[in-house]
Amino acid sequence: MSQIEKNSSLWSYANPRKFLATTERVMPFLWGAALICLVVGLVWGFFFTPDDYRQGSTVKIIYLHVPAALMAINAWMMMLVASLIWLVRRHHVSALAARAAGPVGAVMTVIALVTGAIWGQPMWGTWWAWDPRLTSFLILFLFYLGYMALWEAIEDPDTAADLTGVLCLVGSVFAVLSRYAVNFWNQGLHQGASLSMDAEENVADVFYIPLLVCIAGFVLLFIALVFYRTGTEIRARRIRALLARERAGA
Amino acid sequence: MIALLLRDLRLAVRAGGGFGLGLAFFLIVTVLVPFAVGPQSALLASIAPGVLWLGALLACLLSLDRLLALDWEDGSLDLLATAPLPLEAAVTIKALAHWITTGLPLVLAAPVLGVLLNLPGPGYLWLVVSLLAGTPALSVIGTFGAALTVGLKRGGLLLSLLVLPLYVPTLIFGAEVARRGAVGMETVTPLLMLAGISAGALALLPFASAAVLRVNLR
Repeated sequence: MSQIEKNSSLWSYANPRKFLATTERVMPFLWGAALICLVVGLVWGFFFTPDDYRQGSTVKIIYLHVPAALMAINAWMMMLVASLIWLVRRHHVSALAARAAGPVGAVMTVIALVTGAIWGQPMWGTWWAWDPRLTSFLILFLFYLGYMALWEAIEDPDTAADLTGVLCLVGSVFAVLSRYAVNFWNQGLHQGASLSMDAEENVADVFYIPLLVCIAGFVLLFIALVFYRTGTEIRARRIRALLARERAGA
Repeated sequence: MIALLLRDLRLAVRAGGGFGLGLAFFLIVTVLVPFAVGPQSALLASIAPGVLWLGALLACLLSLDRLLALDWEDGSLDLLATAPLPLEAAVTIKALAHWITTGLPLVLAAPVLGVLLNLPGPGYLWLVVSLLAGTPALSVIGTFGAALTVGLKRGGLLLSLLVLPLYVPTLIFGAEVARRGAVGMETVTPLLMLAGISAGALALLPFASAAVLRVNLR
């Protein structure tokens, strides 16, 4: 391998050993940064921001709800990209990263749904409403469940990676389609986007900055978890390869 | 291709099980609904389009299990994969055979069952139109799900879990067409969306199904 290939390309991280070596070096910083952001953001958000004049202190659940919802969608996006890389370039690390992200994304979806329900009970007077956003998150959760179940169900790892990769692609199209379908089907209770760059109805700055810190914390946490779980998957596969070799030798 | 289609149809009719199963399930669901929700005709009329669509969808889901599994077990799927016919075409034919044996009977039976549920007059036309436009999508999506799980010992539950979210858009638009038709509202928009889903699924999903089958047959 030439020097240029070794150092400058992103693809060099497709080498599991290089991936593990790099992530292990970055890991402590990632965990640390995620922890700091989450602690600072949540403590700031929970204890040092004023109560909303209409919603009271229930508004503070936003510091969990919004970042979790954001990561629930972005985790699927990351799985989509990783699956594409696996299907096109056959890098095993990529497939394993997609697999590792699945449960994390599913948990994020659950957090978003549960915190939403907890907030919805006092505010909307109901735990659950068939609102487009809620419904599409439920559908997203089903996609995560199906994706994880398919990974678990198939024994041969390469077959599993291929099948889940295609499922992820098809699922993405249908997830977008469902989003439009449920929008059409019911107008809903959920408020519009509160964080877009150009909207006039953004949340006020007092809430905005701790929220951004929380989002950064969730992003870092997600990256750290995915790296960590990918490392675990790589090692699990190595162990399996070693065992297979031992059995073949014996 | 026609030979394959005829073979699948003949198998479905003669081998028993597959052909009548979906239809019987559809019948059972719609007949039992009035017992469950009560016999008030106004209530039944308002839920009839949704119940009929849901019954059709579940009947479709029920029959997906055997769509590819039997051919997988006796090895004819391997022969199909090595045949000169592209696997994409074979998969499309499979979906078509599934539609003819499951979707089409449902479409034909739906108006009759609509009578039982007190479906309002203008609803019949739109119910049939929406089912005609929507059931092909159900078959094609179902074939994809069946292709994903064909190698698994007990893939039934997983198949339902995988196909369930994929069916959501079709169900929403299909039931919306039938509902709007029944109360005399404008139906063009959801009908176009439904037809778009069917056409798009028919155009693209066979490639995904064939790719997945190739992986499973590897």
